[in-house]
Amino acid sequence: MPHTPTPFEPVRTRAPLGLWIGALGIGLGLVAVLGVCVGSVFIAVPEVWDVLAARTQGRVNSPVLNDTIIWEYRIPRVIAAITVGAGLTVSGVALQGLVRNPLADPYIVGVSSGASLGAVLIMVLGSGALLGLPTSAGAFLGAIGVLALVFLFAQQRGAFADSRLVLAGVAIGYVATAATSFIQLQARPGQLSGILFWSLGSVAGARWDALAIPVAVILACVAWLATKGRTLNALSLGDDAAVAVGVHLRSARLMLLIIAALCTAVTVALAGGVGFVGLIVPHAARMLVGADHRRLLPVAALLGAVFVVLIDLVARTIGSPQEFPLTIFTALIGGPFFLALMRRQRAV
Amino acid sequence: MQIMINNLSVRLGMRTVVDDVRIDVPDGALLAVIGPNGSGKTTLLRAIYGAVRPVAGSISIGGQDLASVPARRAARLRAVVPQFQHADVGLSAHTVVGTGRHSHVGWWTHEQEADRDAVQTALRQTGAEELAPRAFSTLSGGERQRILLARALAQQAATLLLDEPTNHLDPRAQLDLLALVASLPMTRIAVLHDLDQALAHADLAAVLHQGRLVACGPPAEVLTNDLTTAVFGVRSAVIMHPLTQRPHLVTAPVVRTDMGPPDPT
Repeated sequence: MPHTPTPFEPVRTRAPLGLWIGALGIGLGLVAVLGVCVGSVFIAVPEVWDVLAARTQGRVNSPVLNDTIIWEYRIPRVIAAITVGAGLTVSGVALQGLVRNPLADPYIVGVSSGASLGAVLIMVLGSGALLGLPTSAGAFLGAIGVLALVFLFAQQRGAFADSRLVLAGVAIGYVATAATSFIQLQARPGQLSGILFWSLGSVAGARWDALAIPVAVILACVAWLATKGRTLNALSLGDDAAVAVGVHLRSARLMLLIIAALCTAVTVALAGGVGFVGLIVPHAARMLVGADHRRLLPVAALLGAVFVVLIDLVARTIGSPQEFPLTIFTALIGGPFFLALMRRQRAV
Repeated sequence: MQIMINNLSVRLGMRTVVDDVRIDVPDGALLAVIGPNGSGKTTLLRAIYGAVRPVAGSISIGGQDLASVPARRAARLRAVVPQFQHADVGLSAHTVVGTGRHSHVGWWTHEQEADRDAVQTALRQTGAEELAPRAFSTLSGGERQRILLARALAQQAATLLLDEPTNHLDPRAQLDLLALVASLPMTRIAVLHDLDQALAHADLAAVLHQGRLVACGPPAEVLTNDLTTAVFGVRSAVIMHPLTQRPHLVTAPVVRTDMGPPDPT
C-alpha cells in the first residue's frame, strides 16, 4: 500500500479557499459595476465615477439626471440584489444543514408565505388601514408571525425534530398561501399586477433608507454563521454524532433556525419572494468547494450575491424599458446552469 | 477515569427502556454491555453521552455529574462511536475525523497544530490514513467505522463509548477493530452483540434484559449457560478455541422438552 504523508487538507485537489473567495469577490465587483452602468440608459464608468466622487464630497454632480439614476436608483438596487442573494443563500445553507435535507430552502419553514400574506394585506387594504405600515413592514411581521407559529407547533419540550419542523412549516405555509389567495381575489384589478410582481420578487424599488436594516442583519448573520462551520459539519453527520463531539443540539438548532428565518424575513421584506436562490445556490457552491461548511459558507454567500445581481441585470434589460420580476429568471437561467453543473460533476 | 451509572432510568414515550441501572466502571476497564435486541443497550449508551435525557438517576465520569456539565466540557470527558450516522454527507473522511476536535477549537479560532496532530495520530492509530482524502460517503461500512473511531480518538476524551462497533464489519475488520479497542488505555463502554467478543475482550460484562441489569461482573463469571438460556434463549458453553487456545463461547438452540412434533411456525 503506497504510503505518502497525508497533508492536513484533503488531498483531493480543490482550489484553495482564498482563490475562490478572491475570484468571486472580483466577480462580484465586476457585476456590481455592470449593474450600476447598464440599464435603460447606459452610463459609462467615468461618469459613474464623477457622480460618486461628487457625492463623497457632499455635492450633487451635474447632470442631475445621472446622479439620480446612479445614486438614487442603481446603487441601492445593486446593494439590495447583493443582500438578497447572500441572505437567501446563507439561509438555505443553514436550513439544509439543520434539517439534513437537500430540498430544504428558506421557504420550507413557511416564512415567505407569511411574508406574502402580510404584504398583500397591506397592498389590498391600503397602508392606512393598518397603522400606516409600509409593505415591507407587513412582510416582515407576517414572516415573524408565521415563524412563531412554526416554532410553537414544531417544538416538543423545547427540542425540534427536523421532520416536524418541515411539516409544520409546509402546513402553516399552505394556510398562509390560502389566506393570501383569498385576499388577492378581493383586490381591484389595478392592484393585482403589483401583488404578482411583489410575490415574484424584485429589487426595482430599493432605496437607501430601506437598505440599512437588511444589510446590517444579513452581514451579522453571515458573520455569525461563518464561525459555525464546524458545528454545521458536526450536525451533518447526524444528531447523535453531533452530540458526541460536544454540540449543544437544542441551542445550535434554535440559533440556526432563527438566523435562517431572520435572513429570509428581511430579504422578503426588501425584495418580495425571490425563489430558487436559496435552494440551488448552496448546492452549486457545494459542487465548487465541497460540503465542508467552513469553506462553503463564504463561497455560497458570494456566489448568491453575484447570481442575484446578474439576474437583476437580465430582468431589467431583456425587455427594457419593461421590468420583469426576479423569480422568472432565477429559475429560467439558474435552472439549466445548475443542471449543467450537476452533469459535469457526475462526469468527474 | 471512572464511570459511574447511578440508578439510571430512561423512558421513551410511555415505555421504560432503561430501568434503574447501576454500574461502576473502574478506571481503565472495558465494560461490555450485552443483551438481546430491545433490551435497552443502545438507550443506556445514548443516555450516558447525553442524546436522551434520563427520567431518574445520574451519570458521572471522573466524579463529575454529566447533568451539570456543559456540552463542550462533556465532550472532553467522553468520546463516542455512535450507531446512527448520516453517511450521505459530502465531507471528506478527514473532515469527519476533524469534527472530533469540535470541543477543542473555540468558535473564534482555527484549528491549531495540536488539532492537526490529534487528527493525524487518530488516523494512524486506526490505520485509516489512506482513507482520509476520500469522500466519507464512498467508504465501505468497515472503513466508515474506522473513520468514526478515529474521530472519537481525535477527540482525546477521558473515556470512550462505542455502540456495536463491529456491526456490518467483515470478520477480519471485526477482529482488528476489537483488538484496537481492547488495547486502548482509557475507560471504555462498548455495546456488543457477540457474546464471545465480550468474553474475549471485556474486563466486565453488564447484561441487560428488558431494561434491567440482570448481571454484572467478569465475563467468564457472568456468561453462564443458565444466564444465556434465561436472557438470550440460547444454550452456551465455553470451549478451548483450537486456533488461539483461549476460551471461546459457543451457542446452540435451547432443546425443547415440553412438546412432541416441532412447531410448524
